[in-house]
Amino acid sequence: MDEALFEFCLRMGDNTLVLGHRVSEWCGHAPVLEEDIALANTALDLIGQTQFWLGLAGEVEGKGRDADALAFRRDAWDFRSVLLVEQPNGDFGQTIMRQFLFDAWQSIILDRLKGSSDDRVKAIAEKASKEVAYHFERSRDTVVGLGDGTAESHARMQAALDKLYPYVGELFGADATDREIAERGIAPLPADLREAYDALIAEAMVEATLTLPDSRWTHTGGRDGSRHSEHLGHLLTEMQWLQRAYPDARW
Amino acid sequence: MSKEWPLWEVFIRGQHGMSHRHVGSLHAPDAEMAIKNARDVYTRRNEGVSIWVVEARHIAASSPSEKGPLYEPSESKVYRHPTFFDIPDEAGHM
Repeated sequence: MDEALFEFCLRMGDNTLVLGHRVSEWCGHAPVLEEDIALANTALDLIGQTQFWLGLAGEVEGKGRDADALAFRRDAWDFRSVLLVEQPNGDFGQTIMRQFLFDAWQSIILDRLKGSSDDRVKAIAEKASKEVAYHFERSRDTVVGLGDGTAESHARMQAALDKLYPYVGELFGADATDREIAERGIAPLPADLREAYDALIAEAMVEATLTLPDSRWTHTGGRDGSRHSEHLGHLLTEMQWLQRAYPDARW
Repeated sequence: MSKEWPLWEVFIRGQHGMSHRHVGSLHAPDAEMAIKNARDVYTRRNEGVSIWVVEARHIAASSPSEKGPLYEPSESKVYRHPTFFDIPDEAGHM
């Protein structure tokens, strides 16, 4: 089995799965109808991308597990999503800030994956990058609007940035899997994306009149599964409830 | 300052349509967000290729109470419909 490619697909797919579920938690609860529908659309896009990534992961693994099996029949320690995406929704500002920080990264990596040496990875990137271009435009505009908005919205967005920025660095980690995947031309080395990411974020923060924290210290433990936060377990009990209570249930 | 976002009327040109049609309305803080919201609310099922938004307060509308004077006079003027002309075959479908 191609361990490195399997791991890479899990990292991509678990990010979109966990964030997709988090965003779906807003359905019916967003501050205005328009945002409610927009968030639901984003969540659905992310779940759609998950089907591709985890579908490919199952294919690479070759043990008969499909995307559903990987999504609903693994426990927290088998998840390879970064800690950023499992963070709770908080207020609307925190949700949008988390989305923005993730969208910016995804827009950069998917663009690079269009040149992947693996045709299947390339095909997923081609499709997903159009969706993500829109996600990024939308979350960026909202972050700017709220950051450079009222005193209240500005304070909430700054608090959201201060809270979430210490999770950003994990996206750019580099372990043996990352190096192997990069050497084989499947994906760029995550660390090599940092410069483009910083530029993208910094530019938006200026417009949003928000201040990026000085420290680049980062929480880690999500993308290698060594130490997820307690939030992931709670998220999974809700997301996987049906398959746990009624294994193999169909409708 | 009002806390409510302004109301926008949304017009969408469909895949095969030549003109933009009114599809509904929504709230948004500015024109750009109104287009994004329209994209999310009204084009989820591949309905359109172009979106117009107009802030509702900029639309001048005729008054329903003037319906009589405005529209009734044309009811009895069938000759305004171009159905009394014989179209030569060479002209084809018009």
